[in-house]
Amino acid sequence: MKSFTTHTGLVAIMDRANVDTDQIIPKQFLKRIERTGFGEFLFWDWAKLDDGSPNPAFELNRPEAQGASVLVARRNFGCGSSREHAPWALEDYGFRVIIAPSFADIFYNNCFKNSMLPIRLSEELVDKIFSQAAKRVDYRLTADLENCTLSDEHGFSTSFEVDSFRQHCLLNGLDDIGLTLEHEDKITAYEQAQGIGVS
Amino acid sequence: MKPRTLFQKIWDNHIVHSEEGRQTILYVDLQLVHEVTSAQAFEGLRLEGRTVRRPNRTIATADHNIPTTDRSLPIADEVSKKQIDTLRDNCKEFGIRHYDLDDPNQGIVHVIGPELGYTQPGMTIVCGDSHTSTHGAFGALAFGIGTSEVEHVLATQTLLQSLPKTLELRVDGQLSPGVTAKDLILYLIGQITTDGGTGYCIEYTGEAIRALSMENRMTVCNMSIEAGARSGMIAPDETTFEYLRGRQYVPEDFEAAVERWKKLPTDEGAEYDKSLKFAAAEIAPQVSWGTNPGLVASVDGKVPTPSDYSDPTDQKTVANALAYMGLKGGEPITDLKIDRVFIGSCTNGRIEDLRAAATVAKGHKVSDHVDAMVVPGSGQVKRQAEAEGLDLIFKEAGFEWREAGCSMCLAMNPDKLSPGERCASTSNRNFEGRQGKGGRTHLVSPAMAAAAAVAGHFVDIRDFV
Ligand code: SF4
Repeated sequence: MKSFTTHTGLVAIMDRANVDTDQIIPKQFLKRIERTGFGEFLFWDWAKLDDGSPNPAFELNRPEAQGASVLVARRNFGCGSSREHAPWALEDYGFRVIIAPSFADIFYNNCFKNSMLPIRLSEELVDKIFSQAAKRVDYRLTADLENCTLSDEHGFSTSFEVDSFRQHCLLNGLDDIGLTLEHEDKITAYEQAQGIGVS
Repeated sequence: MKPRTLFQKIWDNHIVHSEEGRQTILYVDLQLVHEVTSAQAFEGLRLEGRTVRRPNRTIATADHNIPTTDRSLPIADEVSKKQIDTLRDNCKEFGIRHYDLDDPNQGIVHVIGPELGYTQPGMTIVCGDSHTSTHGAFGALAFGIGTSEVEHVLATQTLLQSLPKTLELRVDGQLSPGVTAKDLILYLIGQITTDGGTGYCIEYTGEAIRALSMENRMTVCNMSIEAGARSGMIAPDETTFEYLRGRQYVPEDFEAAVERWKKLPTDEGAEYDKSLKFAAAEIAPQVSWGTNPGLVASVDGKVPTPSDYSDPTDQKTVANALAYMGLKGGEPITDLKIDRVFIGSCTNGRIEDLRAAATVAKGHKVSDHVDAMVVPGSGQVKRQAEAEGLDLIFKEAGFEWREAGCSMCLAMNPDKLSPGERCASTSNRNFEGRQGKGGRTHLVSPAMAAAAAVAGHFVDIRDFV
């Protein structure tokens, strides 16, 4: 897995609550058996008009959002289906940081497995970012995972919370399976105690 | 010992390793696998040269992507076919029991696990699917995971987990006639909202829950994720044991297992992180009107307007939902005219659901402006329904009768809504485009869906004769 230490990037704002994974990556794209290449289908039903051309009204299609790598949205981002295709699509599109007042649990978890940093901030702070971004062109934020801070170049700075183990894994790009297998003897001991075997 | 909740007992029983500042390594008793979220996990194993640690703790089926029409014909969609073939090949390569398309026990993964007796009280169960919460109806800790985690479980038979909080939803008293488990869970989600359960494992308790059959308990637990909770559970009791007795994969010494399972329910005096109480008598049949499962109304109520909400984000959500659903707000629910009806899914595709719908449909005709379909949740459900003659009742009334699968619950296969079509659906999600781009989904119980099919619009099942 790729590591994540700090990231500075252009901010795209999405003024919507309860953005579900069916929107992030609609089901017609879940038939593929690869892990990559989902970026072009991100938010498909919102991003495209009926004839398949880009919908100019959609947030991420606006000129000022081009090249964005930090996404800011309202509460309960990523709810619904467990499909990891959602973080795959966001990552493939170019997002590295997602900020919202709250995330759905499975989505939140899936982000860390794909070298993306989801950041929970209060509704007030998210509001503040929305108004900052609305005021400026080329509004950028820097997320520093080591120090757990989020800041811009105009005096905004805040800290955020992240589980220390997840932080450690993401900073070092550690593979969960490898980590768990360091405890393989304990898994075997558990199975023996429970009478779990191959048959 | 300190009194513990059902959740705490199962969690404690499955700790392989825990240490300060780390996620717990939790043992997984059973993993269910389907075609859409597994291919990349198996590929990951191959790339790292890893194997499946416990193939006998893993079962697979194809359900999401498959046609529900004649199975003897080749699958027309090449990309779907490849995904289904890939699952078959992966199961063969890694030695996993696969309920393939031609298997009599094929079906929706959350329907076949319980009906084959794989799902048992006290287990930890995972699947790359958010509705894994269904299996919590048996007093199991069951939750959906992402594909990276599917790979983790295949390789290690464990999962890294942070301890969730516990939320008790207690429903006292009795449901009124005509009000079902589906109405109960839609009502609860409406009350606590779609993120009310985020970070929690829900335990449903109270008289109204205890009175539910296993099928109905599964309907309730299934939709826990729609309230934001990864898992929802109900303590095992005689209803649970009776359902499981005699099923194919239950423990050989069943009575000894029952004695163990009886120790699982939450102890007197155990504490939840949060408890909420509801009165069953206040629940009316529910119809969702918006684009998330928390946007519901009683069938005798009206579609709300944004000004009924105070929070600006809620107002915006409601305005967007109304626009998508083609509603102005203020319409009586029973005035909503429908084009399609879908009866099926892992929420309401079990035998009792089909019986409830057939009871309503019997002797009636589907309204001539409505297309209605019934999709059994599994091959077993289909055969049982046919043995009882339910298929004939549906066909005579003008419903289509299909093969088992997810079908129009998520419309990955050819079953889908056209833009603007309004559908009464017994599934669990009314997200934009869920049943087809531009399609408008209203979530209801099987009886309410059947009644709407006949009337051509929503009707209060309590008035339906
Ligand atoms: S029936 Fe619907 S919700 Fe259930 S597993 Fe299939 S697609 Fe998912």
